[in-house]
Amino acid sequence: MTQLTPVLSAFWDEEDSYTLEGYKRNGGYKASAKALKMEPDEVINLVKESGLRGRGGAGFPTGTKWSFIPQGDNKEHYLVVNADESEPGTCKDMPLLMANPHSLIEGIIIASYAIRANHAFIYIRGEVVHVVRRLQQAIDDAYKAGLLGKDVKKGYDLELVLHVGAGAYICGEETALLDSLEGFRGQPRLRPPFPAIAGLYARPTVVNNVESIASVPAILLNGVEWFQKMGTEKSKGFTLYSLSGHVKNPGQFEAPLGITLRELLDMAGGIRKGHTLKFWTPGGSSTPLFTAEHLDVPLDYEGVSAAGSMLGTKALQIFDETTCVLRAVLRWTEFYKHESCGKCTPCREGTWWLVQAMKKLENGEGTSADLDKLIDLTNNIAGRSFCALADGAASPILSSMKYFRDEYQLHLDQGGCPFDPAASTLFQSATTVGGE
Amino acid sequence: MASAQHEFSQAELDVMGTIIAKYPRKRSAIMPLLHFVQSISGYVTPEGIEKIAELLELSTAEVTAVSTFYTQYKPHPVGEYHVGVCINTLCAVMGGDAIYEAVSEHLGIGNDEVTEDGKVSLERIECNAACDYAPVVMVNWEFYDNQTPDSVKALVDGARAGKPKGPTRGPKKLRTWKENSAVLAGISDGLANEGPSAGKASLLGLKISKSGKGSK
Repeated sequence: MTQLTPVLSAFWDEEDSYTLEGYKRNGGYKASAKALKMEPDEVINLVKESGLRGRGGAGFPTGTKWSFIPQGDNKEHYLVVNADESEPGTCKDMPLLMANPHSLIEGIIIASYAIRANHAFIYIRGEVVHVVRRLQQAIDDAYKAGLLGKDVKKGYDLELVLHVGAGAYICGEETALLDSLEGFRGQPRLRPPFPAIAGLYARPTVVNNVESIASVPAILLNGVEWFQKMGTEKSKGFTLYSLSGHVKNPGQFEAPLGITLRELLDMAGGIRKGHTLKFWTPGGSSTPLFTAEHLDVPLDYEGVSAAGSMLGTKALQIFDETTCVLRAVLRWTEFYKHESCGKCTPCREGTWWLVQAMKKLENGEGTSADLDKLIDLTNNIAGRSFCALADGAASPILSSMKYFRDEYQLHLDQGGCPFDPAASTLFQSATTVGGE
Repeated sequence: MASAQHEFSQAELDVMGTIIAKYPRKRSAIMPLLHFVQSISGYVTPEGIEKIAELLELSTAEVTAVSTFYTQYKPHPVGEYHVGVCINTLCAVMGGDAIYEAVSEHLGIGNDEVTEDGKVSLERIECNAACDYAPVVMVNWEFYDNQTPDSVKALVDGARAGKPKGPTRGPKKLRTWKENSAVLAGISDGLANEGPSAGKASLLGLKISKSGKGSK
């Protein structure tokens, strides 16, 4: 069985884990001190060599991303950390920042120094006031301790600003995030140019996920070999898996890449008592659904992708047999429609049509021909916009049709939904809820 | 009802100046400034839009365009306690739909509506990054984990009586919508040290690892 590897979460159970003292007691800011004594390019090479890949969904090699920043160009460079965690099911960065914000700040110092940025930003979603409090306090304390500000290293200044969003899923898309940070509506940009060439204020910019940057200090401190001992051939290291839904004990599990859902479920006490696994997402709602046949898929970038989905944010949302897959998919579809920024027509109009089509099917209206129409419609929306939001909207629909076409048909045959939503709730005995 | 037009005091203008000074280019300050306006008036007022436009040298249309894009900026007053029930798939299935229905009926208000006493407003919210604590309810953007229809009814009753229960992972006492908007604008309320480092679900993997169970 795979062994858990708490690194970022190793001391979350200490009551002052989020303070500067708590972090330092656990080895904090030793890695940044070490990095600041190295040459910036050495730092980039070390991160490259480690094999660390983006933990926010796409899995792009972190060190390679840093190496794309042109050097000696006499322009300002920026580091922007994406803390806009909003992908349905994803709940790793917020507990990380609440319990251990300094790991991110230390990672920011290292990354900014490596890419020669004197200005870094954390773009955090706005609906998490207490996380904002913890992070702002951590930044203030880091300034007071001389870890940020003037002469972080002699002749090297680093400013860090916490920027609080205001409720827009699309701002988790890196170019929409940059537009939002510049003070515009958060809408994705056409690429190229990529942010490494023209990012924030049209300057070379690295945009990384919270967990990616927070993982850097441990790599600096413990070395590439230590990091590579964890994980699989092309997916190195440790990562946070978030288990939610119909499991006995939901929660966060920091494990080597490549652990399986079967192993994680075992640790979480299995599916809730008396029920069986029906479907799950490996990495948020934008990643195609899996079923019980995928319990042994290695949860690394290659394994999940070979099985027809994506590792995404490692947000494992588990649904048991009481859940209507059409209801689940319809609700996600409504989410994508709500969050479409409106820039690209296929997404703006298409997600609206998808909701209409899904609603009809969930209500059992239509014929089998409508199922093919739904697939056709979905295929005409995916891959036709500036960003991946519409592709995300297509994922649950196409994958649920692949594994549960019978259930769609059953809705049509019965002229309605055969499931009782009360049976899926955690308080199913309270059957009078809403129907009093 | 909206009160008389707000005149920005010198102290408020100073805060706005400090917010603007944080950024290399001042237009970037538009979002914290909108949060700041909400901390004063509870929503984005026309005079707030005008003031931000003036300070950032933008048209009011440009500021409005930004304000209306983001769901946290409210074009009309919300309650002193703004209750968001997560109705994204996972929370909805686990009980969020039942919670929303129950609390909506209990208060006699629907989505984006406020009780007559101005105390509580209700919103159907999307995933709030706390899925391992589903079903989740946010009040003034503080975490209320593992909720039920009854717990949320009690919560809103407490809020209307002026003594709401405190959040699960947050400060001891629930702050008002305006007070929390100030935190989002970057103004510290000194409460970062209240509440636990992490909730139970966040610590599950660590606990198993320490017990040796996850390392056969």
